[in-house]
Amino acid sequence: MSLASVFNIAGTGMSAQSTRLNTIASNIANAETVSSSIDQTYRARHPVFATMFQSAQNGDRGSLFADQDNAGVGVQVLGVVEDQSSLMPRYEPNHPAADAGGYVYYPNVNVVEEMADMISASRAFQTNTEMMNTAKQMMQRVLTLGQ
Amino acid sequence: MSISFDRALGIHEQALGFRAQRAEVLANNIANADTPHYKARDLQFATVLAEQSAKSQRGQVSLNRTDSQHIPADGVMVGDASLAYRTPFHPSIDQNTVDLQIEQSNYAENSVQFQASFTFLNSKFKGLVSALRGD
Repeated sequence: MSLASVFNIAGTGMSAQSTRLNTIASNIANAETVSSSIDQTYRARHPVFATMFQSAQNGDRGSLFADQDNAGVGVQVLGVVEDQSSLMPRYEPNHPAADAGGYVYYPNVNVVEEMADMISASRAFQTNTEMMNTAKQMMQRVLTLGQ
Repeated sequence: MSISFDRALGIHEQALGFRAQRAEVLANNIANADTPHYKARDLQFATVLAEQSAKSQRGQVSLNRTDSQHIPADGVMVGDASLAYRTPFHPSIDQNTVDLQIEQSNYAENSVQFQASFTFLNSKFKGLVSALRGD
């Protein structure tokens, strides 16, 4: 029954959104983590989402056009990439981590952007749970058939 | 005289199946609301209905057999015509065409229509039961 796969899809969605929340938490926690060299400074991390498709081996449709045929079976996190935008050097000669020139390097985390991203992730998570709830109600209704 | 379930239940059984399938497609759209380059999909009831009635009229796509020694071969359907891509209302920077509000309202609508199909199907069963009891 295809209603059961709604649970799987919502599950993958919730898992992906919680990965996203995890990276946001890591970014915000490290927003002020300074370092004395560019290489060692923390960089903002972002997850990369991709659609999951039914694999040709265990799916009943093994055609070459399988990606066009079915609508996909959820979302997956392909990986976490580091933001390559430039870091912020600040002149703080009294800082214990300052380099020879008196500079410390701050991460390229935009806290406002991360907060907006966090709200978006939390809402998306909420939508996935609601979707699961609705599917559960639909299934429970079917169980009362003929009563 | 025997009871034919197919005839007694009518289209509601297939309609219920269609609603469940559509719930899956819409759920996938919502799960991929933040996936770059994802294109929202939807099942259209009218296309599915036309496809089903065409299938019941002329059977499945198959090769003509002009000789008795020909091997019968059923055609393979490539692509699902009823599974269409949604037309986006506005462009997005990551090429994603999911509009969460539209998907949510469609999902809710689909759920209500599922309940309607279920109610029809249930009343068919109730009719059968009361016919069997005869009281």
